[in-house]
Formats: sequence, C-alpha cells, structure tokens
Amino acid sequence: MAIWVGNETRLLVQGITGKEGEFHALGCRDYGTRVVAGVTPGKGGQEVDGIPVFDAVDEARAKTGCNATMIFVPPPFAADAIMEAAAAGIELIVCITEGLPVNDMLKVKTFMKQCADAGHKSRLIGPNCPGVITPGEAKIGIMPGHIHKPGKVGVISRSGTLTYEAVWQLTNLDLGQSTCIGIGGDPVNGTSFIDVLEAFAEDGDTEGVILIGEIGGSAEEEAAEWIRDHFDRPVVGFIAGRTAPPGRRMGHAGAIVSGGKGTAKEKMETMKACGLHVVESPAELGVTMAKALGG
Amino acid sequence: MKIHEYQAKEILRRYGVPTPRGKVADDAAGARAITEELGGRCVVKAQIHAGGRGKGGGVKLAASSAEAEVLAGEILGMQLVTPQTGPEGQEVRKVLVEEAVDIDRELYLAVTLDREHERPVIMASLAGGMDIEEVAAENPEAIIRQHFDPHLGLLPFQARAVTTGLGLTGKTARQAQKLLGGLARAFVETDASLAEINPLLITGEGDVLALDAKMNFDSNALFRHKDIVEMRDLAEENPLEVQAGEHGLNYIKLDGNIACMVNGAGLAMATMDIIKLYGGEPANFLDVGGSASQEAVKAAFQILVSDPTVEAVLINIFGGIARTDRIAGGVVGAIEELGGVDLPVVVRLEGTNVERGREILEEADFNFLVAQHMADAADKVVAAAAGKGGA
Repeated sequence: MAIWVGNETRLLVQGITGKEGEFHALGCRDYGTRVVAGVTPGKGGQEVDGIPVFDAVDEARAKTGCNATMIFVPPPFAADAIMEAAAAGIELIVCITEGLPVNDMLKVKTFMKQCADAGHKSRLIGPNCPGVITPGEAKIGIMPGHIHKPGKVGVISRSGTLTYEAVWQLTNLDLGQSTCIGIGGDPVNGTSFIDVLEAFAEDGDTEGVILIGEIGGSAEEEAAEWIRDHFDRPVVGFIAGRTAPPGRRMGHAGAIVSGGKGTAKEKMETMKACGLHVVESPAELGVTMAKALGG
Repeated sequence: MKIHEYQAKEILRRYGVPTPRGKVADDAAGARAITEELGGRCVVKAQIHAGGRGKGGGVKLAASSAEAEVLAGEILGMQLVTPQTGPEGQEVRKVLVEEAVDIDRELYLAVTLDREHERPVIMASLAGGMDIEEVAAENPEAIIRQHFDPHLGLLPFQARAVTTGLGLTGKTARQAQKLLGGLARAFVETDASLAEINPLLITGEGDVLALDAKMNFDSNALFRHKDIVEMRDLAEENPLEVQAGEHGLNYIKLDGNIACMVNGAGLAMATMDIIKLYGGEPANFLDVGGSASQEAVKAAFQILVSDPTVEAVLINIFGGIARTDRIAGGVVGAIEELGGVDLPVVVRLEGTNVERGREILEEADFNFLVAQHMADAADKVVAAAAGKGGA
C-alpha cells in the first residue's frame, strides 16, 4: 500500500503535445502508470504514441475517466491549467511546471477553495516539483524510476534531485520507499508537509519518513510540531541551505532567508526539539533511517 | 529583481503615492541643474541597489545648487559601502536629487507576501527610518499587520485599521489611507515581492510623503511586465551572475574557494552544506537545471573557473532528466576549449546513463578525481583545495 498514486491511477497529461510533456508522459507509461489521455487546447483529435489528445480537461475526463493529471504547461498558462483540472473535478493535480508567479498561485488557491466548497475537492501537488511515485506501481512525474525500490520509507521533499539522493541511499540499503512526494520549491504551493504526513500516518506500510526541507518560510517547523503531536513513527530530517547567505534566492523561489527568518539552523533546532532524527550531512539520510528503524 | 529608489518612486507615483519632487542625474552638472529647477535646499541621494546608504555617506543635504554640484561630484563614482553591500561596496553611477522637506514624524510602511497566510500583508510601524527587522526582533508588537485579499485589494476599513493603529487622525489619516490603497494596488499589479516606504514622512503641515521607496519583483512574473524588465540595471549585479543568467543558469557568487556545479537547487544547497561540513568553503551556488544541455554545462564550467578565488571544483550530478553522459561531455568539452585547467576537479555522477558518463571522464585527457558518493566527493574536494592552497 502507499498514498495517492498507485495501480488505480488513470493519468491525464496536460501539455502532452509539448516536448517535455510527451517525453514524460511516455516515461510514466513505461514505468507502469496508466496514461489514458492528454490535453492541449486546439489539438483535440490527435494522438501521442496512441494516447488520445483532447481540447479540454472536462472532455478528457468524461471520455476516459482520468482521475489524476500531470501538468507540463508553460508558466504563463500553468495556473489556468491547474484551475481547469480543478473545475473538472480531477482528484489529484501534479504541476511539474517551474516558474509560476506567486500571484497566479494565490489565484489558484482561492479557486481551488471555491471548488472544494462547491463539493469537489482536488489535491494539488507542486508547482515546481518532481511529482509523486509509488515504486513498483506508478509514477506521476519526472523522477528516474529505476533508482526507486518498493519498500517501507516515505519520502517528502521540497527539492527534486536531493530527493533522488535520499531515494538512492534507501535503495542501496535495501529499505526501499512506500511513496515519494516532491511538494515543490515555491513559496506558495498546493500540498504541505503536514498534508503528506497525515496521509502517511494512515498508511500502514509506511514505517518511517524522510523529510527534506529547505531554508525559507516556516513549513518545516510546523511539520516538526505536527510530528511531535501526532506521528509516532521515526522521521529523519534534513534542511538544505545552511550555507546560504540571507536575502539571496537559492534557485527555488521559496528558498530565501529573509528578515532573519527561515534559517536552516532555526529549522533544524525545532526539528530536533520535536524528536526528529536530524542529520547534518545529506549523505547520512539513509543510514540514519536504517538505524532509526532498528535495521 | 531589484530596482533603484528613483524607479520605485516613479512606479508608486503612478499609483497615487506622493513623493518629494526630484529627478535623477548621472553627473554633477545635472545635479546642479535639477537643484536650480527645484529651487531651495535639496537632498542628493546615491542610487545603488542596497539599503543603509545614509550610513555610508551616500545621502547628503545641499543648501544651494553649487553645493549640490559639489556633493553629487563626491558621491558619483564613489565605492559606497553600506551594511548591505559587503566590504568592497558598490560604485555609485546615479544620484537622485530631491527637494528637502521638513519632517515632523517618520513611519514605516511595507507590503510583502506572508507565506504562512498565503496573502499579502501590510506592515506598519511608528519606528520609521529604522530597520524593520530590528523592530521585529526587539519589539514585535510595535508592528501593525493587516492582511488583504489580492483579488479584492486593500478594503477601506482595512486601511483605516492601519492608520488608526498608527495613531493618525484627520487629514493625515485620510491621506495615509489613500496612500495605503495605492501601495497595495502597486504591489499586486506589478507582481512585486516587496514594496517598502521607509520612512513614510509626515510633514509639519500634516501631509504624508514617501521619502524613500524600495521595490523588489517576483522574477517569475517578469514575462508580463516589460516596463519593469527595462528598469533592470545590470551594473548593479555581479558580472558572473549576469553571464550565468544569459545561459539559463542559476549562479550566486559566495566567498569560499571551492566551486560547485550541481543539478537542482536543493541538491546544490546540500552540496554547499556538505562542503562546509567537511571543513571547506563553497565559492558559489550553481544549479545547472534539470535538463542541462551540453552547452549550458560548458558555460557553467567556464564561469566557475573564471572566478580567481576558486582553488578546486566539485561537480555533483544526480541524473534524472539531466543525463550524466551529457554533463560529462559538457565538462570535458569546456576543459578542452580552455586548453586545460590548472585546478583539481572532483566529479561525482549518479543516475541516468552513469556508466557512459564515467567512461567519458576516463577517456578525457584530464585527470578527474572521481568520487563514489556525496560524502566522498566532499572529502576529496576539501583535501584538494587545501593541497592547492598550501602549495
């Protein structure tokens, strides 16, 4: 068992006729995900390697029963793509696109709340994220499938390649992963660490969690406090950006220390105080989890 | 993206925010002419992208146009050092010449994004002219916070709540409410990440005036603001960072001697961290991106080694989308083009096409130090940099 993504996933790809969209749609299918439809406005009726393309998300949903979507639409149009998917009632929306304006995300959040109030709730993961993978079952995203292995550790991260690093360590230690989720590096995103932790808490197969945060904001502190109060399985934590100078955006729009807030030191201290196994070195994520699980 | 004070004031005036009269000059004679036009006493203000300009001697009061010319001559061309510039300072290329105004009180006003509430927030305080971070640390309850919905804008009752909190009354309160509405609108419509007026002035007559202004913008939204993109001043930015940006690379210059090239922002930060943990100092942050092309990697490597403080290079690539063979090819190509490099280069490759990537490194006419994993890479590069530094 795992969370959110698995054998029951029927995936739509928005922006499937673009270079990246096509490449990763086929990558997901090769991994075992059921990719049932694509959407590109104006290109309805075409096919991408046998996958039917529609003009609109509601049409794709009506005709294929898709229940999840992966978005590769360019930044100026990505917010609209998310909202179209939410309006069509797609349960899981994974936005890979990087570079959405913050104001567009604020609009998205308001719109998704209206959809939820109207009775059809969607979950957004991202934007600016690698996606979600349940090893051995399905993936929605751009992560290299072959480094994963079905197993018992859940991974949550704001980063892409740093997640692969943690995954690879777990695979080499033969621990494997239940589900891995990149929540994205933007200051305003769809799914928080706590949302994912709540889902892992419900999942009997997830025996421990690796949580990888970054400088900026206070999501890691909130997650640590939630873990202290609600989560009794081992959690290994790391915060990237201890050496980042204040006031500079370190690649990710959200990774910035401002006003003395959001430092790695502050986050690590809170995590330690809340009982997490905090690692100073990103090379020790896997072994620390192995120890915590008593393996 | 950052802009100058005079540009931020230009934008804010369009939104009805009153500022002192003034103009920008890039030579002393120009400053004199502006002072004559304005008549009376003037303030000559250095225009650089850093705060604390007054403390560094970049803001001076001139009693006459002749004095304004002398002061502008002194300020223009100086390396202005402020708490935000670093010890080398920043060259002043422009001055803003403004009418001097009489000051009754100075307040602080800003709009920024509150990440936790996912809303813009007005922050206001009676401690104008002070660094808001100091106020926040020492006296957090002295800051008035008013969130607003970016789609509805700042509502009149919300603006009133701020002016009441600041203890403003009568004409001053009404002017400040109008100014707040304009500031909030400017923040949302220009996709700003910060719009700050510090200090907001209350004159002897009770009028409000933005004495200083600062705006930063969401880089992700610049595609819909051509006018703001035109305000970018490349002279204010690190030349290596500008060069990297042209190749679609995310590069930030730091103080250490170990250059690093990594794919992905999180892994790039983590690589800097592990270098530090092993006793080294990173020379930069560099994210070559998820789908780095061979050309981008080549450019990245050349930028890294052109930094004279660099004594060793660490390349840490976890290939997902980025194929490791392509990265290896880019690095080897860059070294060939440079006619060799007199620096130790530690490489750690993992992920997609890693076998081929490692072969390319072995076949190359350059002795790469190959690391097996991240800790090994950090260990090797710190030792290599120490060896080089000591030699």
